Amino acid sequence: MTNVSVTVNGVAREADVEPRTLLVYFLRETLGLTGTNVGCDTSSCGSCTILLEGESVKSCTLLAAQVDGKAITTIEGMATDGELHPIQEAFRRNHGLQCGFCTPGMVMAAASYLIENPSPTEEEVRHSLEGNLCRCTGYHNIVKSILDAAGEPAGAKA
Amino acid sequence: MAVTEKFVGQPVLRKEDPALLKGEGSFVDNMVVPAMLHMAVVRSPYAHARIVKVDVSKALEIPGVVGAWTGADLADAWAGPLPMVWPITEDIKTSDHWPLTKDKARFQGDGVAVVAAESRGIAGDAAEAVEVEYEPLDAVLDIEEAVEDGAPLVHEELGTNAVVHWSHGGGGDLSLFDSAPVKLQLRYEAPRLTPSAIEPRGALASPVPSLGEFTLWTSSQIPHIARVTLAGTTGIPEHKLRIVAPDVGGSFGGKLDVYAEEALCLVLARLTGRPVKWIESRSENLSVTIHGRGVIHDVEVAATEEGKILGFRVTELCDMGAYFQLLTPGIPELGGWVYMGPYDTQAYWYEFTGVMTNMTPTDAVRGAGRPEATYVVERAVDALARHLGMDPAEVRRINFVPRFTEDRPSLMGLNVDSGDYLPAFERALELADYEQYRKEQAARRENGDTKHIGIGLSSYIEMCGLAPSNILGALRYAAGGWEAAQVRCQPSGQVTIYIGTSPHGQGHETVWAQIAADELGVGIDDVEVLHGDTSTSPLGMDTYGSRSIAIGGAALHYALEKVKARARTLAAHELEVAEDDLEFEGGSFKVKGAPDKVRTITELAASAWTAHNLPDGFEPDLTASATWDPKNFTWPYGTHVCVAEVDTETGHTDLLRYVAVDDCGVVINPMIVDGQVHGGVAFGIAEALYEEILYDEHGNLVTGTLTQYLVPSAAEMPSFELDRTEVPSPTNPLGAKGIGEAGTIAAPPAVVNAVVDALSHLGVTDVGKPATPERVWRAIRDAQGGGA
Repeated sequence: MTNVSVTVNGVAREADVEPRTLLVYFLRETLGLTGTNVGCDTSSCGSCTILLEGESVKSCTLLAAQVDGKAITTIEGMATDGELHPIQEAFRRNHGLQCGFCTPGMVMAAASYLIENPSPTEEEVRHSLEGNLCRCTGYHNIVKSILDAAGEPAGAKA
Repeated sequence: MAVTEKFVGQPVLRKEDPALLKGEGSFVDNMVVPAMLHMAVVRSPYAHARIVKVDVSKALEIPGVVGAWTGADLADAWAGPLPMVWPITEDIKTSDHWPLTKDKARFQGDGVAVVAAESRGIAGDAAEAVEVEYEPLDAVLDIEEAVEDGAPLVHEELGTNAVVHWSHGGGGDLSLFDSAPVKLQLRYEAPRLTPSAIEPRGALASPVPSLGEFTLWTSSQIPHIARVTLAGTTGIPEHKLRIVAPDVGGSFGGKLDVYAEEALCLVLARLTGRPVKWIESRSENLSVTIHGRGVIHDVEVAATEEGKILGFRVTELCDMGAYFQLLTPGIPELGGWVYMGPYDTQAYWYEFTGVMTNMTPTDAVRGAGRPEATYVVERAVDALARHLGMDPAEVRRINFVPRFTEDRPSLMGLNVDSGDYLPAFERALELADYEQYRKEQAARRENGDTKHIGIGLSSYIEMCGLAPSNILGALRYAAGGWEAAQVRCQPSGQVTIYIGTSPHGQGHETVWAQIAADELGVGIDDVEVLHGDTSTSPLGMDTYGSRSIAIGGAALHYALEKVKARARTLAAHELEVAEDDLEFEGGSFKVKGAPDKVRTITELAASAWTAHNLPDGFEPDLTASATWDPKNFTWPYGTHVCVAEVDTETGHTDLLRYVAVDDCGVVINPMIVDGQVHGGVAFGIAEALYEEILYDEHGNLVTGTLTQYLVPSAAEMPSFELDRTEVPSPTNPLGAKGIGEAGTIAAPPAVVNAVVDALSHLGVTDVGKPATPERVWRAIRDAQGGGA
């Protein structure tokens, strides 16, 4: 077993896990943070996106042991005192989710990207989401949500 | 308190969203039950192989493994095979489909053994430790070769791979296919696709051994159909089996099925007395969740020299895959009623042959049959326009059925409930700047540019709102098509709605609440909509075929009518007036001419619950139920326009514009309707340009991960420009038609027509689906007489 100590959503967490444990299963099954989803085996879909030291990563591609000592933010850490984060609020306002399974990953990817590029164009937002798949929305309202969160007008009529 | 705000027709934000946005969704894999075991399935690596020997002994030696079973071990565990509920002809040839195969593996991924262990990881290790000896056989991988004499047989006992043939029987003057002045013969292919919901499938079966009761949480569109059919497969009596579809992470047909793993979880829970969970990996999802399409269409078009379409005659070979799943044989038939599109034709013919192959079973993928039909009709209309040297817009314009607002008989034998095709068409062309792009196209051709503009049109009708039960019966479908709703006005003022449809992203909790809030005059936050659990919503036929609002919404409407009638009776009793003296507005019954004499729905709910003073014969509690069976399908329609830029040097297609003008009747929530169109169109664009299931010559799935099966990202998608027309459906009291599949039905031919149109001046007349850069490049080369 390997000991893993991390700060998740501002709280220190520690557990002994099998060395082969992927970070996403450490979050979901060891820590009970099931908001981060698993959608594929090949880091293609982005459902498991979290922030590691403030940058988006796919938690299915890392071992839990690799993040020992690091700070992690998951979807559960985005709302404050029950109030949605502005990106979550923008997704709600713009119908940026349907089934909601890809949504946590989308929100985390957007959170990371808007720090990197606070005033993106529609084209830039679309490219920033290349690693996150959604099957419900056709991306139209996800892109609109992220532009809305950034305070940018959406490029498309709807 | 009475509420006067109206919600129907408004873009009400979804009640579902706050929990999903915070990561509080109740997806199956989020559930943990004490003492839960994890299941893994041992799957055949061969497409077609005799099973010589299965040895589970090494798996059983692994610490933490609780059990391992072969197909033979479980032979006595089943009360019946997995369900197929649509034997579409009397002479259809069927073979039993067992959750684990016993004799042969018939596709790569066919289950041959199963293990249960204390952890997900140990279950995976144990599955790998099971030793299986196979005798590989020649695989059937081509539907045309599959029907030739001497082809290997997927099911030897059936004596053929061509297991079902269905003919519509034709309508109108079939001699036109011989006598028409213009006759075209065309062939189109619809490759295999897969739904690829982002949440893979999953199931968790939990037993109460001493009572023989089981709860199955499953990522499914169809908890009600799953209950009755899984009772048949497992022998668990229906009243002892509770099925729950919790939050379901998309489906698109992939979870409109009853699968081996659901049955296996239940049976292993029964054998071990412990809860058993199975979560599908993505590679399993691509190889064992159903595929769809897989059709070769041979098409004859009869027309006049002036471009009047006289009819389409369509003959198909359809890939059924290795087994019949729930609806497999009926999927092509669902398209078999719309091979005239929105056009006023004089002759109709459709038939298909269903062929077994050593590939994943096929079944309903978003649109189910109707995308195939629309693709054929709309590609053929463009082909006719090219043949006649006419503008494809003009050919459509002169062929539309004129406006009708009540049931109109059609050559294909069913009545179409309403339609006004031309306004939606003209609006789409106007929004898309059709004439402007024609000029741009001409200019680029004139200049000899390497990037060319193509404009693709797709005018569709769809048959949805599945379905009138008597028609389903006539078509040999084993269930009905009605829907159910129950309304309970709680004594403290809230309203609980129990519905039989089972959403998986469509927002029923919001939309049904909008309807109820308006009808009862209560606030939308005071309405709770419950679904997907057979213990709380025992009646229903679930969600598929764009049926939920058109049938389930109507059932709710009638349940609300009943509850209001009961409330009126009680109000009249309490106010000591006749029922006719009351008017109902904004949630209150008021005495006409004496507006201070009032009873609100909430007050009446409390009175009905205390039951201290009820009229004679009035049953306590303000509740009512309704089931509703439609008399017709609903028939949405519209026109989509795609403007593409095709690079003739690389074969790459870029979508510049995508315009959709749809008529789905009366809209309850325009925000949600737009979202359904966005997602549907994206699914169709993916079908047109990117997605294709591929096997190699041995039947190995080549597109076995999302790195090979190209579900497009935001970067590949354009923004969508939407508008609507609104001809109410006369079929149901809401006037709604359904919108879940329209985009997927309309988009593929709009996109491929645009690609072909961009290249037509080079002599290109066809590019297959998906129109990948390679296919485009080869089409150009072939048209110019060069070899590839």
